[in-house]
Amino acid sequence: MMPLGLRAAAVSLFLLALLLAAWHLATLPAGGRQAVSDEYAKLVGAAAATGQRSAMPGPLEVGAKLLEHLRDPFYDRGPNDKGIGVQLAYSLGRVLSGFALAAATAIPLGFLIGMSPLAYRALDPFVQVLRPISPLAWMPLALYALKDSHASAVFVIFVCSMWPMLINTAFGVASVRREWIQVARTLELRPPALALRVVLPAAAPTIFTGMRISIGIAWLVIVAAEMLVGGTGIGYFVWNEWNNLSIANILVGIFAIGMVGMGLDQAIGRIARLVSYAE
Amino acid sequence: MAFLKVEGLAKVYAGARGRPDTVVFEDVNFSLERGEFVCLIGHSGCGKTTILNVLAGLETPSAGAVIVDGREISGPGLDRGVVFQNHALLPWLTVLGNVAFAVRARWPEWPAARVRARAKETLAKVGLAGAEHKRPAELSGGMKQRVGIARAFSIEPKMLLLDEPFGALDALTRGALQDELLRMVQAARQTVFMITHDVDEAILLADRILLMSSGPRARIVEVVENTLPRSRTRADLHHDPQYYRIRNHLLDFLVSRARSAAATGGAPRLVRPGLEGGEVASASEPRERSPRAATNAGVRGATVVSLHSNA
Repeated sequence: MMPLGLRAAAVSLFLLALLLAAWHLATLPAGGRQAVSDEYAKLVGAAAATGQRSAMPGPLEVGAKLLEHLRDPFYDRGPNDKGIGVQLAYSLGRVLSGFALAAATAIPLGFLIGMSPLAYRALDPFVQVLRPISPLAWMPLALYALKDSHASAVFVIFVCSMWPMLINTAFGVASVRREWIQVARTLELRPPALALRVVLPAAAPTIFTGMRISIGIAWLVIVAAEMLVGGTGIGYFVWNEWNNLSIANILVGIFAIGMVGMGLDQAIGRIARLVSYAE
Repeated sequence: MAFLKVEGLAKVYAGARGRPDTVVFEDVNFSLERGEFVCLIGHSGCGKTTILNVLAGLETPSAGAVIVDGREISGPGLDRGVVFQNHALLPWLTVLGNVAFAVRARWPEWPAARVRARAKETLAKVGLAGAEHKRPAELSGGMKQRVGIARAFSIEPKMLLLDEPFGALDALTRGALQDELLRMVQAARQTVFMITHDVDEAILLADRILLMSSGPRARIVEVVENTLPRSRTRADLHHDPQYYRIRNHLLDFLVSRARSAAATGGAPRLVRPGLEGGEVASASEPRERSPRAATNAGVRGATVVSLHSNA
């Protein structure tokens, strides 16, 4: 019997093959019968008129497109024609700067909220009202206030990645085991040492869970934000290809979004494993 | 002058909305001499852990004072090492890291190498040499509590406070740890205050045993002097008839008198089971005194009563 990991991989590959085959069959040319009136057929050409080519590209076409993009991901031929790598780099830059700003705000603030029952209660209504607001709702306000589309996108990322980190940090800090605090107190640790050497390592796994949720949300939101503000980024790329009616490019964009999102999640997961502990 | 003096200690929780206050314990007085091992026994809920936490400085009493070495304590301090009920190891640190954490807190000016050396040395004393780089999660319950004991010992406290340290362990492990604790305490002439509900543990370890009545309004009702020789070991304890007299006395208290005793006020009685007056030894019980018992007649400011009612 093969080990479980190997068997799972085999099943995954089989499912992928099944999916690609179904996709391929569904997008095959549909035979030679003309489907539109003669005048229209003259206008659009034989291929479109007979349905020879589906508007939906098959896996081979998308695969070829993907290879084309991968062969030269970083070209820049003007505002509407940049390599997919360049677009992803723009998006990543926005996500990482918004996320970093949010982490720098939310983690200290969450620490404070978690340490102080007063702050916890006083700030709770604000968090409860602000958290369910779709981050994109802030976009017009950000554009008005910041007068810059790039900064506004970063702001939207900042807002949306703020809450999971804030809430998780506060929760992690508030639920540090009482006896660990007592150990530190009997050893006469001063408050800064207590915070850094007991509370922070104790709450670190919970904080990283918050960071992982945040980066996931940020990557979801950046696509929508870039569709709105336009100019650069993978979200803009996908929307631009919709305007170009290049479904193959849209699919390549979607695939790239998925891969990068997975990478971000895995990266935080790796770091989180370093600070995790078993009780 | 006693090393530790507890005077008029009380813990009261204010009743919510007009309900009467809950008095957990009140009028708790006792003292410890330097180098003495004292156990506190009582039913759960009588406030034993609260008393220990007050001694550790982790809780403030509603009334009364604790004086250690001539000074009233006002909070936790490095002069008192605490072994917690559930070991309370920091799970993200290794075994060595946990002990070094305490050593570093005690001597912040020490270089890292010296801190490590001290931590290793203390771990070797509790038989954990070789396990330094394990995480607490990889240890058995007994080993975890060994680390807890090493951590408390490593800072060379003036006094050790143990809160039912072996309560969660199986009987064999508990026995081994009791032996080790006794050995370390005697070697370091450590002053120890320990909470337990295990009668045998108290008889093996303690010089004096404080008996606490059940709450609410719990008090220390009796102070039982351990009249067994200090050289007692777990192996020969149960061969000494005196052991059964002490044991019966403690069990009688826990089973039948702990509940009713709270009502009777006054200072705790000093009791020396099997050695008080002629009437103690009944006809059915052969009277054998342990060698050390006779020399142990010092009365520490408490009323001496005879035991004819429970012998």
